[in-house]
Amino acid sequence: MKSLSEKGVRRILMAVAFSAISALLLITLFIINEGVPFIFKYGVGNFLFSSDWHPQQMKFGIFPMITASLWVTFGAMLLGAPLGVAVALFLSEYVPRPIMRIIKPTIELLAAIPSVVYGFIGVIVLAPLIRNYLGGPGLSLLSGSIILGIMILPTVISISIDSILAVPQSYREGSLALGATTWQTINMVTVKASKSGIIASIILGLGRAIGETMAVIMVAGNSVNMPHSALDSVRTLTANIALEMSYATGLHRQALFATGVVLFVGIIILNSIASIALRKRMVKG
Amino acid sequence: MTTEKNKIEISGLDLYYGKFHALQSVSMPVQKNLITALIGPSGCGKSTLLRCLNRMNDLISGVKVTGKVLLDQSDIYSPTFEVTELRKRVGMVFQRPNPFPLSIYDNVVYGLKVAGMNNRKKMEEIAEKSLMGAWLWDNVKDKLHHSALELPLDQQQRLCVARLLAIEPEVILMDEPCSALDPIATMKIEELMLELKKNYTIVIVTHNMQQAARVSDFTGYMLLGKMIEFNVTKDIFTRPKEKLTEEYISGKYG
Ligand SMILES: Nc1ncnc2c1ncn2[C@@H]1O[C@H](COP(=O)(O)OP(=O)(O)OP(=O)(O)O)[C@@H](O)[C@H]1O
Ligand SMILES: [Mg+2]
Repeated sequence: MKSLSEKGVRRILMAVAFSAISALLLITLFIINEGVPFIFKYGVGNFLFSSDWHPQQMKFGIFPMITASLWVTFGAMLLGAPLGVAVALFLSEYVPRPIMRIIKPTIELLAAIPSVVYGFIGVIVLAPLIRNYLGGPGLSLLSGSIILGIMILPTVISISIDSILAVPQSYREGSLALGATTWQTINMVTVKASKSGIIASIILGLGRAIGETMAVIMVAGNSVNMPHSALDSVRTLTANIALEMSYATGLHRQALFATGVVLFVGIIILNSIASIALRKRMVKG
Repeated sequence: MTTEKNKIEISGLDLYYGKFHALQSVSMPVQKNLITALIGPSGCGKSTLLRCLNRMNDLISGVKVTGKVLLDQSDIYSPTFEVTELRKRVGMVFQRPNPFPLSIYDNVVYGLKVAGMNNRKKMEEIAEKSLMGAWLWDNVKDKLHHSALELPLDQQQRLCVARLLAIEPEVILMDEPCSALDPIATMKIEELMLELKKNYTIVIVTHNMQQAARVSDFTGYMLLGKMIEFNVTKDIFTRPKEKLTEEYISGKYG
């Protein structure tokens, strides 16, 4: 009787897992099938490195969007990664543990806020600030970077804290007992011992930043031009797909799928670079 | 017990973990260039007392200390005494070897870097000298840049001694330094202690009465947070003054 239900449960779980995985595979195949032929028809170089995106005139160059995606993500990481790691170090090493245990779930809750809300705050608060004090349209590469940088904070902070807390207390004691200050201990031992987790948190943040769509559409301005400064309005790859997919047909539609393929490949490349860097450091440390 | 030679003098020391009175009016001298052992049943406060000497108890929240601990006649609990300075002068070897997850070399020069040294050549010299001092040089000289965590436990423990020697402390505190080691490794550490006492003052906590008898010059017997008897080691083990001490060393306690 028991073994029967045991087997039944296993079958059900297997079926669920199998259908989930095949759904993911199918989606991937579908995107590739729709997008890849277009890339070759239109020409890889033309598609990736031309700056003309005029679907009505059958011009599909996504270079400005690639540039925008890279810069927005880079800016977000520049802001979010150091800030997140610093907050994690502060909360886990300087703040008394009971207080930290209240603050950490609160920060994690921020990850559950829908991205529209972040975008809304960006439009209402951030964009006017940038427009009034720095110039430009306000809705810009800079505001996109800042909003994304803030959005990845919960991920970076929470996973970093977990890996910092996993550092054995005996390392800290050994360091302090040699006359090190708290900061020296953090800098010379704790960070090194939790490096892999900290880097993992940054990679996850990177994934979130590059794939985020809603908030970026709301705050980055969406004009299809090569950005010349951080104050220019930009459109990212994700935004491009989301904005035009609803009415695109024919070649235009295929071009958007191809944009998805580029995004897909880009994320894979960025993730592999990050995880290779991670593995190298782990071997060295 | 001439006070001249007392490296450390503990007097009327009380310690509370919150409400729990873990050390009760403990007094004890630690003489220069000798080995002082603390023995007693589990939970009697040996580690607690030892950790008072380099103020490691400061790290535990809710600890309150009153009384005096004098290091070369100055009170280490006075607000003007810099705790990082104290820990450079009074070093500690822990019960479980705790080398950092760094290379062997980086472990040894850790204390030097902490103290602000950045002269590579000098650090290499000191590292070699310290590893020799801890009798580890021959084991590790060809793999200084390997991870310290690859070493066997007893070598890890001697690495922890070496990284202390590098900063030339005046006092070395050892909290059951052999409890994670096998008998042969234990003997080696004991011999090392006898060698080290020429230049350092050592305080050791041990569960092992034979060990206290073998290596120490003075022994303090503790029970339930009190110092029951403190005397020359030979006297403690051959003619204890207190009945409680006698019961313990004759094996009536765990
Ligand atoms: N951080 C702490 N918080 C509260 N009580 C503690 C703490 N550390 C130790 N104690 C208590 O203080 C008493 C003395 O502990 P201590 O570790 O000094 O004993 P010990 O003699 O070293 O024992 P052992 O031989 O088992 O190492 C014990 O009753 C212990 O439960
Ligand atoms: Mg102990």
